[in-house]
Amino acid sequence: MTKRSWDTIPESEVTPEEVYLDRRQFIAAAGVAGAAAAALTPEGIAAAVRTVRAQRGASQEAQEYTWGAEMQDELSSYDLVTGHNNFYEFGTGKGDPARYSGEFRPRPWSVEVSGEVNKPGTYDLDDLYDPSWIEDRIYRLRCVEAWSLTIPWRGFALRNLISRVEPTSNAKYVAFETVYRPDEMPGQNRRVLDWPYVEGLRIDEAANELTFLATGLYGRDLPNQNGAPLRLVVPWKYGFKHIKSIVRIHFQETMPPTTWNLSAPQEYGFYANVNPNVDHPRWSQATHRVLPGIRRTDTLMFNGYADQVQHMYAGMDLARWY
Amino acid sequence: MSVATAPGTVSATSPAARNLLLLRIAAWTILGAPLAWGVYRWFWGDGFGFDPVEEMLHYSGLTAVWVLIASLAITPVRRWTGFNALQKIRRLTGLWAFAYATMHLSVYVTIDQWFDWVLIVEDLRERPFILSGSAALALMVPLAVTSTKGWIRRLGRRWVSLHRLVYLSAGLALLHFWWGQKADLRNAVIAAAVLAVLLGARVWWAVQKRRRAA
Ligand code: HEM
Repeated sequence: MTKRSWDTIPESEVTPEEVYLDRRQFIAAAGVAGAAAAALTPEGIAAAVRTVRAQRGASQEAQEYTWGAEMQDELSSYDLVTGHNNFYEFGTGKGDPARYSGEFRPRPWSVEVSGEVNKPGTYDLDDLYDPSWIEDRIYRLRCVEAWSLTIPWRGFALRNLISRVEPTSNAKYVAFETVYRPDEMPGQNRRVLDWPYVEGLRIDEAANELTFLATGLYGRDLPNQNGAPLRLVVPWKYGFKHIKSIVRIHFQETMPPTTWNLSAPQEYGFYANVNPNVDHPRWSQATHRVLPGIRRTDTLMFNGYADQVQHMYAGMDLARWY
Repeated sequence: MSVATAPGTVSATSPAARNLLLLRIAAWTILGAPLAWGVYRWFWGDGFGFDPVEEMLHYSGLTAVWVLIASLAITPVRRWTGFNALQKIRRLTGLWAFAYATMHLSVYVTIDQWFDWVLIVEDLRERPFILSGSAALALMVPLAVTSTKGWIRRLGRRWVSLHRLVYLSAGLALLHFWWGQKADLRNAVIAAAVLAVLLGARVWWAVQKRRRAA
């Protein structure tokens, strides 16, 4: 796989890569927007992103491709991103995570890296990544429930960590695990799902350029309700793959179990790639709502990230491997 | 000054009539409250949150189910408590359940599916979850239509048999509720348990009655 620098995309390039902005562009945008200080607030960041998009003058076609026809240049507001969450560890209502995550302590935090790697170990979160890896990326998040948000994440590409821990040739999959702390996560006291939450990726998916471990959003540390202090972001997959509050990353040879697949195997598969042609048994996946709007927008194959990811699924029957 | 009353009707000033009026007012207030609260939320409250369509579907669906269950609870509660006047608000409760279910359907057809009949028919054909809800509502239509005094008189005994369909409707609504949940079945389990108790009481009474008759 060719290594792509996130910093060298020409401003005029009209491609799906517009779905992210790198850190430098972010900062530049803040300057353009008038006041650097403004960029430190969610409103400032949203304004800066609008400015950059306008400057690039992306064609209507490209904007629709990357952002959907509606709200194409709008980030979801900070209140929306932090107030509308599926994080059953804090309750099953969308407002529960914001409401009931106050007791959660995301620091100190350590992550165990284990399995088929040359450098296993338990890392303090600050030692898990190199500060130079940190970048900002804007991704659309498509929930399996047919709604979407557009979020400016901060974090690092998982591939950086993968190179550092040196997987062996037996590492075919990466398994992730959420922390289990029923005292701080009230939702874990009811067995709505099998705790702790587990997720997984194929190793090539984990090493894909898009795959991201977020430590923050809107330029701030991750709020508890968004999966503090470390959560996965895989924008071409449904939201439930984005495992939160990660304490374990395990490299292994076999496909790991995943929580929603265990809960309802005929509804949620291991791959969970966004696919408008494969419906959920109870609703269509062809369209979604860009929150907080009420109109429906066409859902794109791989959530609009096909160019970066479809090569990984060549020849696979995506209706079978949903 | 004297108030003229038709022979056979109770004077409006009689205690019985006054109590009935109070009961009716209370019933309208309670049954209309979810609608009033919904209107308040929309105009002055949270606007149904960040995903208004989803929230309105849930709010109207839950209200419909609970008002429907309340209409089924009236006869058992009357028998358990001896509060016979409750019978006077049974039809009203059933009609409100129908009204909430209709609002629920309206949300689905308008701002959820945007009148896309192709999608709606596909939903009906492919998703038992949608089919069961629709069947529940369809069964409520003849009950609502025949809820007038004229129809009650015209149908006589058959009216009672016809209106037993409400149990089938409630069962289908529960199935719809159950199938619609992702993983957290708590609310559906509570509703199913209450419905089971109400239905159980009816069956128990029917068996007793038959035994006494034998
Ligand atoms: C006319 C046909 C109906 C249609 C098309 C319909 C459609 C829907 C839809 C789309 C949902 C949302 C599911 C979700 O996104 O989670 C829903 C939920 C629900 N519906 Fe219906 N429905 C119908 C009839 C009914 C009836 C007659 C009742 C009750 C009397 C009912 C009660 C409910 C309940 C309780 C929920 C779940 C609310 C929750 O989970 O909080 N529905 N319905």
